[in-house]
Amino acid sequence: MIPPMQTAPLLRIRGLKTQFALREGLVRAVDGVDLDAHAGKTLCIVGESGSGKSMIARSILQIVSPPGRVTDGEMVFQRTGREPVDLAKLDPAGKPVRAIRGRDIAMIFQEPMNSLSPVHSIGDQLIEKILLHHRLSRHAAIDRAVEALGRVGIPDPRQRLSNYPFELSGGMRQRVMIAMALACRPALLIADEPTTALDVTTQANILDLIAELQAEYGMGVIFITHDLGVVAEIAHEVAVVYLGQVVERGSVDDIFYNPQHPYTLALLSSIPKLGARRKRGQRLHSIKGMVPHPFNRPKGCPFHTRCPEARPGLCNLEDPRKLELNEGHIVACHMRDPAVLTQAAEVTV
Amino acid sequence: MLAFIARRIVYMLVTLVAISVMTFFIIQLPPGDYVTAMVAQLNLQGTTVDPAEMAALRARYGLDDPLPVQYWKWISNIVFAGDFGFSLQWRRPVADLLWNRLGLTFVLALVTLLFIWAISLPIGIYTAVRKNTVGDYLATFIGVIGLAIPNFLFALVLMYISFKYFDTGIGGLFSPEYENAPWSLGKLLDLGSHLIIPTIVLGTSGTAALIRILRANLLDELAKPYVTTARAYGVSERKLLLKYPVRVALNPFISTVGWVLPTLVSGATITAVVLNLPMTGPLLLQALISQDMYLAGSFIMMLSALTVVGTLLSDLLLAWLDPRIRYT
Repeated sequence: MIPPMQTAPLLRIRGLKTQFALREGLVRAVDGVDLDAHAGKTLCIVGESGSGKSMIARSILQIVSPPGRVTDGEMVFQRTGREPVDLAKLDPAGKPVRAIRGRDIAMIFQEPMNSLSPVHSIGDQLIEKILLHHRLSRHAAIDRAVEALGRVGIPDPRQRLSNYPFELSGGMRQRVMIAMALACRPALLIADEPTTALDVTTQANILDLIAELQAEYGMGVIFITHDLGVVAEIAHEVAVVYLGQVVERGSVDDIFYNPQHPYTLALLSSIPKLGARRKRGQRLHSIKGMVPHPFNRPKGCPFHTRCPEARPGLCNLEDPRKLELNEGHIVACHMRDPAVLTQAAEVTV
Repeated sequence: MLAFIARRIVYMLVTLVAISVMTFFIIQLPPGDYVTAMVAQLNLQGTTVDPAEMAALRARYGLDDPLPVQYWKWISNIVFAGDFGFSLQWRRPVADLLWNRLGLTFVLALVTLLFIWAISLPIGIYTAVRKNTVGDYLATFIGVIGLAIPNFLFALVLMYISFKYFDTGIGGLFSPEYENAPWSLGKLLDLGSHLIIPTIVLGTSGTAALIRILRANLLDELAKPYVTTARAYGVSERKLLLKYPVRVALNPFISTVGWVLPTLVSGATITAVVLNLPMTGPLLLQALISQDMYLAGSFIMMLSALTVVGTLLSDLLLAWLDPRIRYT
């Protein structure tokens, strides 16, 4: 489905590591992640709670809260008309990265209830962000804010400017967040579970809105979610994350029609489907056990403690290598590695 | 907003009426009255007082009237004529004694409030932002000491230090040469230098408490998603800190307006005695002991009024600061 990419991706992440040096030990929240986000395409990052999805997003903008910090890897971001920049090398509190935040890469968050300051009006917060990145008069900034609010479907945008977040519904607040993200025309939009806290109808509206705006502005979108239904609907590419590592990534067709990693398979079989399975007397699958605590991160493949195919002596000892099965479809699993399988066959013979 | 203010003012008036009734009746509760107290005093000095004379005094002061009548006389004079009555003990109009003391108490309260704010705001922000660093622990340590040392002891220590090393006068709010002089720049400066010790003594515990409150509030706010949002949109750390979480965590600061005055008045009596400050505390205590009911009643009335006004002020400020209060 995805044509081979001739141009460099908008954001190319290689070997990204984000770690928290806590008194209890080192938490490897993001552990050697490779991702590519392309302009005009949607990359979905899926995984359970605690898998490090949000940490990847925060690492891109260098807003991981201390003591966490990006310790290794590179995140090369292509800016139109300017030199590409490696976000991983930038100082989290420095000016260069602040100029990119909100301007080139914008982010919307999970909790629309708390993501806006409760004591500042919407207009105040929107205009502040616009003036931060653009040399505009206050008047022009107000017009731009009104335009952005109108674009995301907020009625009477000019009147809304003086409203406070608590006067709006959850869906409206998320629209305001999207308007804030759009106001500076970013090249990349990171949406960190933007629909999780909303009811299903509002969810659908927000997803449609993001897709529409993406088509209109040609933004790249990184969409973080745990909802595979949402992934199927909006993704061009998918990355499945487990314990801070990308266990499988590929096009949406690769992931849904030709899933390889046991974790991906397990995730897909845990989607409830109306009627279909009950007819055959099947129960809904769940993945056994819990995501291991980050302090007791398993050695070898992170998923081996819950994996039905895990082979003792291999999966619990050695890290699987990242194997490219076909163009852009990459899986990190010993049991899909031809080298390992032939070796194993030789041993049994 | 206007409705909010109007509603608050009505509540305030009701509260004041209730307070006036209560103070008046509570002051009358101990057995006897001013004449009894005066006669007891005279008896101690060996003078006997004729019962007829006592009755004459009572009649003159209107002490024989039923309580509601006395109350009405007192309160109607205050409300309609601004006349607070006559201090039986000092043989002067209450208003003379009241305004002088109340003015100084008010000045001291204001200075103390500013002192508390000026010290606790930066330290509170520092301790929250640099949580669990040496600076935080040091500020916490000093704050706890400030809370734990009794004010009168602290006052004594500071008086000693200022006398020994800075050669300033001990106690009082004015040097002797300015005591009865008319207001001038010199007198103002003199008052300023005398205000330093009382301000530090009275402000320390409030400062320590407010630092802790601000630190706790700010730590809560710093972890809120809206702070991350501001950061994710490229707002600089300093600006983001002051504009968002500090602004939200500021509410307890405003609330202090409401409680600093009553604490100073009721809690600072011992300090005022130690430092020989012409504040309301010692005079009120004296008036209550000698059952000088007009003086005591007027004092309590005025202080309650100021407290209620202070609370109203702090509420209005809060409403201005926090739209969530304004609209609910």
